[in-house]
Amino acid sequence: MSAKEKIRVATLWLSGCSGCHMSFLDQDELILDLAKKIQVVYSPLVDTKTFPENVDVTLIEGAVANEEQQNLLKEVRAKTKILISLGDCAVTGNVPALRNAWEDGGKLALERAYLENTEVNKQIPRAVPALLDKVRPLHELVKVDYFIPGCPPSASVINYALTELLAGRTPNMEGRSKYG
Amino acid sequence: MSATTVKLKIDNVEVEVPEGTTILKAARDNGIEIPTLCALEGLTNYGGCRLCLVEVKGAPKLFPACTTPVSAGMEVITNSEQLREYRKMTIQLLLSERTHVCSVCVANDHCELQSLANKLGVDHSIFERNWTRKEIDSSHDFLVIDRNRCILCTRCIRVCDEIEGVHTLDLKQRGRKAEVIMDLDEDWANSCSCTSCRKCAKVCPVGAIYVEGEPITRTKNKDVAEFILTRRKRK
Ligand code: SF4
Ligand code: SF4
Ligand code: FES
Repeated sequence: MSAKEKIRVATLWLSGCSGCHMSFLDQDELILDLAKKIQVVYSPLVDTKTFPENVDVTLIEGAVANEEQQNLLKEVRAKTKILISLGDCAVTGNVPALRNAWEDGGKLALERAYLENTEVNKQIPRAVPALLDKVRPLHELVKVDYFIPGCPPSASVINYALTELLAGRTPNMEGRSKYG
Repeated sequence: MSATTVKLKIDNVEVEVPEGTTILKAARDNGIEIPTLCALEGLTNYGGCRLCLVEVKGAPKLFPACTTPVSAGMEVITNSEQLREYRKMTIQLLLSERTHVCSVCVANDHCELQSLANKLGVDHSIFERNWTRKEIDSSHDFLVIDRNRCILCTRCIRVCDEIEGVHTLDLKQRGRKAEVIMDLDEDWANSCSCTSCRKCAKVCPVGAIYVEGEPITRTKNKDVAEFILTRRKRK
């Protein structure tokens, strides 16, 4: 298969711990079969800086917690045929969304991280994107085509979903994926 | 005990059960599984979670299988497309009502709500989640209640009243504000009726009541009520 015929896949890392990406890599030798059919056009694992046009499948790890992520998600949706919520943070908000229980959760989270839990150089950085009031799962902001819950989802369930999609079939996630 | 039996059909299978049997028991005794959360063998039925809803031919509404007694000639459907959709929606509502974050829950992988969500194919929720911040009471020597995970099934309340016989636990408020309380809304450590028997933790289907420092697999035992009842009858 030439690069042209390969299926264009992207992965995105929003507010998550990167565990879903680890699980993606954890497909071990199965990833070699995938690699024959896909071209990774954008990902924390490759060096592209801007999100390209005409992406076939984008897997997104993490919840949406700040303005930059919210804008990027909308851009990605517009440029992707099939968008997949990968993992509990993307699907439910999970741990990053725990701050939603507080009215001013964003502010409290920053203070906790940069003031209370630091010994030196206590200050809240100004050059970071503004936090949203509430952390949201992807489907509350854009249309999501498939959901793969799990914290993280197992490598085998990721492989199953991708293999089905690459074969032009609809993955049936019932009873396969699990929360937590 | 009455020897009268009733004949009915469940999912087109003809079954015969004693009069007064619930649809749930009639189905289970005949190998037909209906998903449940609040119903528990050995406790009175409550009919609160609505997961066990079934269709009865000729009736315009749905019936909770755990509280509806069978009647002669009834034709029950337990697994239609519509029921499967309603069950998924019920699970989504339960997941959305309070803070259910399986990845950091003490009951992860041993939770009935989580396993039903997985089994019934609830891969996301169409309802926006409430991120609640209800009080966690860890004042007791080893029992903890995290009300953010409570699904208000009242299993703990019923086991405490009907099996342990002390009725320490009850509900205050209504609807989504409802909360499980100890005595007259005391901290658990100050409850004078609690015998610290742990049965509430054993039957809680989620991670709301647990024993601090004990593996959840050792705590949980939802057969405890039925087990004790059987032993009592043996004398
Ligand atoms: S430990 Fe026993 S007595 Fe105390 S609240 Fe739980 S069930 Fe009731
Ligand atoms: S604490 Fe557990 S057993 Fe009691 S009502 Fe809540 S979910 Fe049910
Ligand atoms: S099991 Fe019947 S309503 Fe809960």
